[in-house]
Amino acid sequence: MKRKQTSKVSLKRLLQDNSVPIMFVLICLVCLPLAGYSPAYLLNELVTRMGRNTFLILALLIPIMAGMGLNFGMTLGAMAGEIALILVVDWQIWGIPGIILAMIISIPISILLGLFCGNLLNKAKGREMVTSYFISYFMNGVYQLVVLFLMGSIIPIMHSTLKLPRGYGIRNTVSLLSMRQQLDNLLAINVGGVKIPVLTFLIIAVLCLVIIWFRRTKLGQDMRAVAQDMNVARDAGINVDRTRIIAIVMSTVVAGFGMIIYLQNLGNFPTYSAHTQIGTFSIAALLVGGASVERASIGNAFLGVTLFHMMFILAPEAGTAITGDSMIGEYFRTFVSYGVITVALIMYESRKHRAKSQTGYLLALAQKEEEARAK
Amino acid sequence: MENNNAPLLEMRNIKKDFFGNQVLSDINITLGPGEVLGLVGENGAGKSTLMKILFGMDVIRETGGYEGEIRLNGQAVKFATPFEALAAGIGMVHQEFSLIPGFTAAENILLNREPTKPNIVSQVFGPRLDTLDYKTISQRADQAIDKMGVKISGDMVISDMPVGHKQFTEIARELSKDQLKLLILDEPTAVLTEKEAEALLTSIRSMSAQGISVIFITHRLHEILSVCDTVVVMRDGYVVKEAPAKELDVQEITRWMVGRNVESAASAADVRELPDAKTIMSIRKLWVDMPGETVRNIDLDIKEGEILGIGGLAGQGKLGIPNGIMGLYEAGGTVEFEGKPIPLNSPRKCLDASLAFVSEDRRGVGLLLDESLEWNVAFGAMQIQNKFLKKFGLFTWRDERAIRAVTDKYIDELKIKCTGSKQKAKELSGGNQQKVCLAKAFALQPKFLFVSEPTRGIDVGAKALVLEALKRFNREFGVTVVVISSELEELRQCCDRIAIVSGGRVAGILPATESSEAFGTLMVSQVV
Repeated sequence: MKRKQTSKVSLKRLLQDNSVPIMFVLICLVCLPLAGYSPAYLLNELVTRMGRNTFLILALLIPIMAGMGLNFGMTLGAMAGEIALILVVDWQIWGIPGIILAMIISIPISILLGLFCGNLLNKAKGREMVTSYFISYFMNGVYQLVVLFLMGSIIPIMHSTLKLPRGYGIRNTVSLLSMRQQLDNLLAINVGGVKIPVLTFLIIAVLCLVIIWFRRTKLGQDMRAVAQDMNVARDAGINVDRTRIIAIVMSTVVAGFGMIIYLQNLGNFPTYSAHTQIGTFSIAALLVGGASVERASIGNAFLGVTLFHMMFILAPEAGTAITGDSMIGEYFRTFVSYGVITVALIMYESRKHRAKSQTGYLLALAQKEEEARAK
Repeated sequence: MENNNAPLLEMRNIKKDFFGNQVLSDINITLGPGEVLGLVGENGAGKSTLMKILFGMDVIRETGGYEGEIRLNGQAVKFATPFEALAAGIGMVHQEFSLIPGFTAAENILLNREPTKPNIVSQVFGPRLDTLDYKTISQRADQAIDKMGVKISGDMVISDMPVGHKQFTEIARELSKDQLKLLILDEPTAVLTEKEAEALLTSIRSMSAQGISVIFITHRLHEILSVCDTVVVMRDGYVVKEAPAKELDVQEITRWMVGRNVESAASAADVRELPDAKTIMSIRKLWVDMPGETVRNIDLDIKEGEILGIGGLAGQGKLGIPNGIMGLYEAGGTVEFEGKPIPLNSPRKCLDASLAFVSEDRRGVGLLLDESLEWNVAFGAMQIQNKFLKKFGLFTWRDERAIRAVTDKYIDELKIKCTGSKQKAKELSGGNQQKVCLAKAFALQPKFLFVSEPTRGIDVGAKALVLEALKRFNREFGVTVVVISSELEELRQCCDRIAIVSGGRVAGILPATESSEAFGTLMVSQVV
């Protein structure tokens, strides 16, 4: 009887749990005819953006698996990636070797930042999200100190094209022309006018496989245990704090790689602001894909990246068609990102609340049943 | 090194005090391999503390360790952590479940002891990146489940399981440890249905046949008699009776459990019968979802002007009743006060109806720890009844003088030991904090007062004072008082009638003059 009941609510549940992706599908369907783009253009844009963003979004999965919620601290990894890129650009190592070197350099920086972030988050258990959010603001200050004052004065920067006219500090924009889309173009194939960056997708696929494999390892199992009940995990002898730190470090390193892939596609980056919203947009994309604070899959990441960016491609044109102003698209982007995150956080809390009142309901039901039996 | 003649476990002269409060005195227990020992006693008798000592729980070390000696296979041991106890072959199943809800039974049984297979990555980065060997996990889990002699599916997710299966999963986890020699079961049947409990008893017998010793703590005495070789009865930190189970019956054990110097109980003159008193509160079909203290289908009538005691063993639901009525936990059913229904789940409405509640959670619910005694005493009355306030036109001031006066009055009356009415509540001792809680409730001048565990964690002298104050409050102002306490003797000292809650229901109501044996029988009558 019990099983029957669960299957009855499951369709309603299914709609409820997937309300966010469904809403975005509807928005995209409405915008699609309004924007009037050709399918080839649309696909091209979409594929480019998927290659650019997916890796970054996948960086969020491991902390969610470890029960630490949405890792706003992935910004730290983005900073590490940027610092590595600046150094590689200065050393004038171009193309794929430059990208690989930047990734290698980003690893120790990411690990260091991840350790710092993970240790702080262990002191704020249960409030990881807001803490990581503010850690990213705080570390933004440190990043500015390093890039604006230390680079060129203490950290040697050879080329004056990179430096501010005063002799130290990095210019507002760093050009990555030497490695622009190198990763995307290698092995790229053209299908009906749509450029597919095969290598980038291969790298993403490898990461997906690693994540799937990781779930089946001892460490992955420990993370899932820690996520569900830290006390039980601790009693079983799992080092909870260490496991959580590892989750954050892994996320930070992946975010660093992701940022490098993201920036090589763009071809240049604003030195002081490239990372500021990357966390917000990645998290929003993941949530649009149907993920929640405690559950996220690779599928959510792909669906999210598709829907979220589809909307961004369509919204400006659709906005222009309706209001005559293309700014509406940019406005929409920020508005929707914050909106989606807010909704996810509220749903997380209300779901916890619902589970709580459920037990009371069951108790009342049991009592009623008992009375009926007594009669 | 192993001495085959020595018993598996010997506990000798175990003593333990919590900050001068002696909770265990000269405990001696011996247990042979494959033996089943039943440990019974009222709440607070020291059973749990004794098991915590044996299992090396942190709380023991943090509170100053213990005296005495524990020998395992003839060798003296002293466990600093539960992990050391586990390694030595002691397993423990606690009262609260310690399972990962989203994992399957098999995953839980082998939590953090999963069989793994090495791979290339783990060769470089260490064994934590070994892949899990799901096949062996489910095999080993099934083996452990088989040892119990029950049927549970290893792939079932814990959150989908009935409570009984969860309990069996916990036990299977301990059984899956190869080194296991001694299993401690702390009230394992408390959450089981009759049938499941029977299955558990069968599995205890089969464990014992396999040479695993079991220490079995329960309130269901017939279980003890049916499965144990020896029964140890504890009371007030002493072992009062140790005998083979064959020589005992339920009545006898009950008597040993509760029967202390029966003479000290309520003097008959003090207990009033109030046959003409009208019913001030009538409770019908009340259910309360308070974790660990759930009650259901409670029907209870409380007479005006009486002191009603609500007793019962821990976890049977007695605390759920006041917490549910006062709206601190989700509740349903109907409660009528002076003929008018009281809306549940709304504390404010209760307080407005002149009900007051002294919570068992003094530090959490009862007190503003960082505020002065004056604030603590007057706060409720100020918030709810606008007492101690002066009005000047649009503004309302606190009437500091009236607050001071009322606080001083209660400090004096209840003999609260403090430096003055300005002292902060957190600086007082537990007993004095309890008195402040009472003063706070008294200052509300309620018609009806719930007092939950008024003497928990306070010393004997303070206990008497608190009970005396309650009694006086009742007699002088005609306030109806309901005292909830796990200590039966204490209820018998101050109450007119005592209701015993067992298994989430009212098992019976008796006058306080009734023998403690009668109460004891009620306490264990419906334990589920």
